[in-house]
Amino acid sequence: MKGKSNRISRNGLGQLTIPVIALTLLVIFNLIRDPGFFSIGITHNNYGNAVLSGNFISIINGASELAILAIGMTLVTAATKGQDISVGAAAAIAGSVFVKVLKAFSSISVGTVIFAFICSCIVAMLFGAFNGTLVSVFKIQPMIATLILYTCGRSIAYWINGGATPTVSSPVISAIGSFAPGIPIPMPVIIVIIVTAIFYLIFHFTSLELLTQAVGINQSAARLNGINTTFIKLLSFVLLGFCVSVSGCIGVSRLGLINHETLLLDVEMDAILAVAIGGNSLGGGKFKISGSILGAYVIQMLTITLYAMKVSSTDVKAYKAVVIVALVVIGSPVVKEHCRKLFQRTKTQSKGGECECRTL
Amino acid sequence: MRRLTKVAAAVMAFSLCFSLCACGSESEKASGASGSTITVGVVNNPPSESGYREANVKDMESVFSKENGYELKAFYSLKNDEQLQAAQGFITEGVDYLLISAAETTGWDEVLQSAKEAGIKVYLFDRKIDVDESLYEAAVVSDMAKEGETAVNWLLDQKLPEYNVIHIQGAMGSDAQIGRTGALDAQFEAGTMKKVVQQTATWDEAEAKKIVESVINSKEKFNVIYAENDGMAKGAVAALDEAGITHGKDGDVVVIGFDCNKWALRELLSGTWNYDGQCSPFQAKIISDLIKSGKEPSSKVIINEEKGFDAKTITQGDIDTYGLGE
Repeated sequence: MKGKSNRISRNGLGQLTIPVIALTLLVIFNLIRDPGFFSIGITHNNYGNAVLSGNFISIINGASELAILAIGMTLVTAATKGQDISVGAAAAIAGSVFVKVLKAFSSISVGTVIFAFICSCIVAMLFGAFNGTLVSVFKIQPMIATLILYTCGRSIAYWINGGATPTVSSPVISAIGSFAPGIPIPMPVIIVIIVTAIFYLIFHFTSLELLTQAVGINQSAARLNGINTTFIKLLSFVLLGFCVSVSGCIGVSRLGLINHETLLLDVEMDAILAVAIGGNSLGGGKFKISGSILGAYVIQMLTITLYAMKVSSTDVKAYKAVVIVALVVIGSPVVKEHCRKLFQRTKTQSKGGECECRTL
Repeated sequence: MRRLTKVAAAVMAFSLCFSLCACGSESEKASGASGSTITVGVVNNPPSESGYREANVKDMESVFSKENGYELKAFYSLKNDEQLQAAQGFITEGVDYLLISAAETTGWDEVLQSAKEAGIKVYLFDRKIDVDESLYEAAVVSDMAKEGETAVNWLLDQKLPEYNVIHIQGAMGSDAQIGRTGALDAQFEAGTMKKVVQQTATWDEAEAKKIVESVINSKEKFNVIYAENDGMAKGAVAALDEAGITHGKDGDVVVIGFDCNKWALRELLSGTWNYDGQCSPFQAKIISDLIKSGKEPSSKVIINEEKGFDAKTITQGDIDTYGLGE
């Protein structure tokens, strides 16, 4: 009992301290502002399905793409000590492929959607492999390597789309992007749960988590221990490619439209931020997927809160920046170390006091 | 739409290399052409910018074609400095006319001055530039403010018992945003319409959806969505669909979009939207007519005539004629 409480006081929630505190503060802030903020209602959508609604649903629904990308980004960060800044552009490509394949069929059924998704997955994973090869084989810094796709990705998506913003409309697509008949929970949320489960299963049944951390912490040591570091790094990018494809397809399905210029625009920065807020070191090594997912929800809740407060969306980014600076500084090693010392000093002081009493 | 500021940040050196190479090879081909044709240098934004730009570029290519007696040299970039270099290049090559849709409104004085000295006539299209009017023949532009007024007047004609408007703006500071916001702001100030929320989604569909979602969650009343482009209107409608709010011709909420993409006009035809304002990308014909007539344009600013489409009256023919994209 004492050991456990000591451990918690020493480590807090560990890595998750910052995202949990941030979420809690945001929840409290919103509840004070509007006690009914998180109330969940049931409405019937225009397709006649009973669905859940409310700010809470908006938050977990809206953060779906970001949460999925954050999972992949965490892996890349951990393995390569760098970030992939091309995820938004790659998602635009994945989404374009998805739409292109769907449009090749005269009618859209569940089967064709799955086929289109697999195609988009293959393409996104190939682009992931391209990034991964540059990073792992050619030893180019991740940010530089992915800058290439960041720059040309949306142009490639433009070629795929033939310059237009093609639309697809089908009950299957709107079921993926919003609500499936008979399920009151938004489909993107369910997809996040599925993807998270897939990754947890991968970590559970393989040693990928350990290997990734080993590569991230000390590459040479990992290699000397017989780990194929090149493969692990490449794999992290390919897995991110899978995440990119999933979020791209969700993004497209939400609106039934692919706009290569705006689909998941600037999401790469939010994804990196989610990883950072999640308490993961952007310098690689140890990581927690759950932290990054929480980070994604923090970012989304912040955005929704600001919208609900009718903060002008031109100012939203500035407010977001202020909160994020605060979070990142609090989570920085310097502040953490300082807090730890402060904590220890107060502890030893109180202990010292006890000792003096005794000697006296 | 014209979201140049956002996209401009993403362009980098190697895309510049590509575009310059492409430009170079094109001009080599062109140098062999005979002197009887009119050489036109077009400095434009890349067709990938938007459906608008794609239609604009296609229009330029079809009007300034060999059959019509033109030699077209085109350069596309979202970056002002690249555009400036290209324009300077066209002047050195000695084109007859220079057509410019600038990425930014500033920095063009010197280039236009040297064009004037070289005797090259300059037409601006789509966007105006902050320079002395003597430096160009005419600017063929859309009147965005008029587009907004047309839409707002249409809205007033609907005689709704009350107007509670969700106003979703484009990228702040862009011509389209300023123009299309103006007319509605005037109504808000006059008190004829109530502003439920006024937010920019910077042309982003998903952002527009979030904005409307937050209004729905706050349970505020609204019956009009005024989105400054088609994509954002689609995002807004997605939020309405999820919340079970009817919209369009027979619905509770009036949906207004801009740009006349084909898919958006189809929404009008099927009655799920109410109104779509045109932003015409077809300036090439007007400029070509001016060039061929050889006359001095009557005014420095030539407004491109634009329409608005109503779900009640739109026809398939309108979609085929005026729709952009596919």
